[in-house]
Amino acid sequence: MNRLSVELPGLKLKNPVMPASGCFGFGREFSRLYDLNVLGAIVIKATTVEPRFGNPTPRVAETPGGMLNAIGLQNPGLEKVMEEELPWLEQFDVPIIANIAGSTEEDYVEVARVISTAKNVHALELNISCPNVKTGGIAFGTIPEVAKSLTKKVKEVSSVPVYVKLSPNVTNIVEIAKAVEEGGADGLTMINTLLGMRIDLQTAKPVLANKTGGLSGPAIKPVALRMIYEVSQNVRLPIIGMGGIQSAEDVIEFFYAGASAVAVGTANFIDPFVCPKIIAELPEVMDRLGIGHISECTGRSWKNDGRPAYHCP
Amino acid sequence: MIVNEICTVVSQKEIAANIFELILEGNITEQMNQPGQFVHVKVSGGIDPLLRRPLSIADIDKKASRFTLIYRKQGRGTAILAGKRPGDEVDILGPLGNGFPLSAVNSGETALLVGGGIGVPPLHELSKRLRAQGTKVIHVLGFQSKDAVFYEEAFKKFGETYIATDDGSYGEKGFVTDVIEKRGLQFDCLFSCGPVPMLRALKNRYGTKHKIYLSLEERMACGLGACFACVCRTSEEPGSSSYKKICSDGPVFSAEEVLL
Repeated sequence: MNRLSVELPGLKLKNPVMPASGCFGFGREFSRLYDLNVLGAIVIKATTVEPRFGNPTPRVAETPGGMLNAIGLQNPGLEKVMEEELPWLEQFDVPIIANIAGSTEEDYVEVARVISTAKNVHALELNISCPNVKTGGIAFGTIPEVAKSLTKKVKEVSSVPVYVKLSPNVTNIVEIAKAVEEGGADGLTMINTLLGMRIDLQTAKPVLANKTGGLSGPAIKPVALRMIYEVSQNVRLPIIGMGGIQSAEDVIEFFYAGASAVAVGTANFIDPFVCPKIIAELPEVMDRLGIGHISECTGRSWKNDGRPAYHCP
Repeated sequence: MIVNEICTVVSQKEIAANIFELILEGNITEQMNQPGQFVHVKVSGGIDPLLRRPLSIADIDKKASRFTLIYRKQGRGTAILAGKRPGDEVDILGPLGNGFPLSAVNSGETALLVGGGIGVPPLHELSKRLRAQGTKVIHVLGFQSKDAVFYEEAFKKFGETYIATDDGSYGEKGFVTDVIEKRGLQFDCLFSCGPVPMLRALKNRYGTKHKIYLSLEERMACGLGACFACVCRTSEEPGSSSYKKICSDGPVFSAEEVLL
């Protein structure tokens, strides 16, 4: 028995660990360091209809236990992703989750329609939570009706299940989660980065050229756990959890909060081998905690009344 | 090949005001082949500071399995690094990026190496390697003031070396470009690393007639080319999305490849 395998809509994963979108490019750089076949899945960098340069530099700034980024959805555009990046990824036996973004509903719909037909794309991640672009991104993720409408339109054209990536920059994340569930989402991924800023003491100006950026890394882990804890009790959608995961212990903690799989983001920048390390360490940590199968862990932090978590029939 | 290794500190010396020379030992040295590459340094084990620091390699000693990093103590990360003592361990990822192309200049030809401040270190290994292949090297090194000057003697071993300081407290007063003009330095190929205004001045003045290779710097996260933090534009066309990643396409570029 594979103690690590998990099943989510559209995704049969050999283990629940995947690199998060924007932290792994399209996999090429990391493929030189280790065999990508060990990964549960790969979430590729946000793709938009047209190629984008993104924001001016500096685009990153360090914070205690975290970092701010304001890349601004730089990507080679839908055509190139379809013709070069996705075919290249076909050499690996790993399902791809395509993160899609845009400035308008039509943009999202177009990317979803096309990219969901790629052979190795098993699910979409609807990016309605990027805090670093002027139009689109987070604008779709903070108003429940808007998020619901976009989810519905993307679902109509997508050939694969749609996961909606939620923003933590909202007053009530449960409300947004419920809205996208009503819109037909197949799952949720959460959380995207928290909007933040750093100011240079010499110049008295923001460090990032974009002024604000998205905070990620261990610093946001407690926020992510709290939000997954709340959302997982209020929707019937599986959650791919993320936000500061660095170790196998962190993975278990996210499962306990209510996640059914996890994504690792910022940690890839500090230790490029972190994903295979976490995957290798998981069984040992599970032994220590008396866990048989990883899926048993989902929602344990709140399951005290025998109520089944999403994955238990 | 890029490897991650815990290296051991051999020595640590303050060689100019807030400028430190750190010699490390490790098998990673076997992978270091090009001058101008860098390593990504994790200065402490915990999550604060979280990110690695990209530092250029100033010297590679394969026989002793040692390499040298020269860095400026500037923020919290480099202050922690400056506290490392012989025998301490440092987490190194590398070597990263593409270095200076030694084949751009032949034996018997002359290379002009121009460094500014903390951009000087990678030119040391470059000069050593150019000399080894029979290329004549001339160095023009710019610093803020006398107390910031380092490695003058080390560079002199390889060839003519001119020092310029902003305040004239040592060497010649003025910019590196002033020294090149005043001395009428002739060369076949120019290699440089330092602040962008200096690189821009060199590109503008010599770019049309000479081969120029520039090493760029930017705030980085992954250092591998995955995060898109350290990009620079390559086209002036409005709306163009063309770019290079400084960490993985560079940090060394031929001057016409990039916009400064």
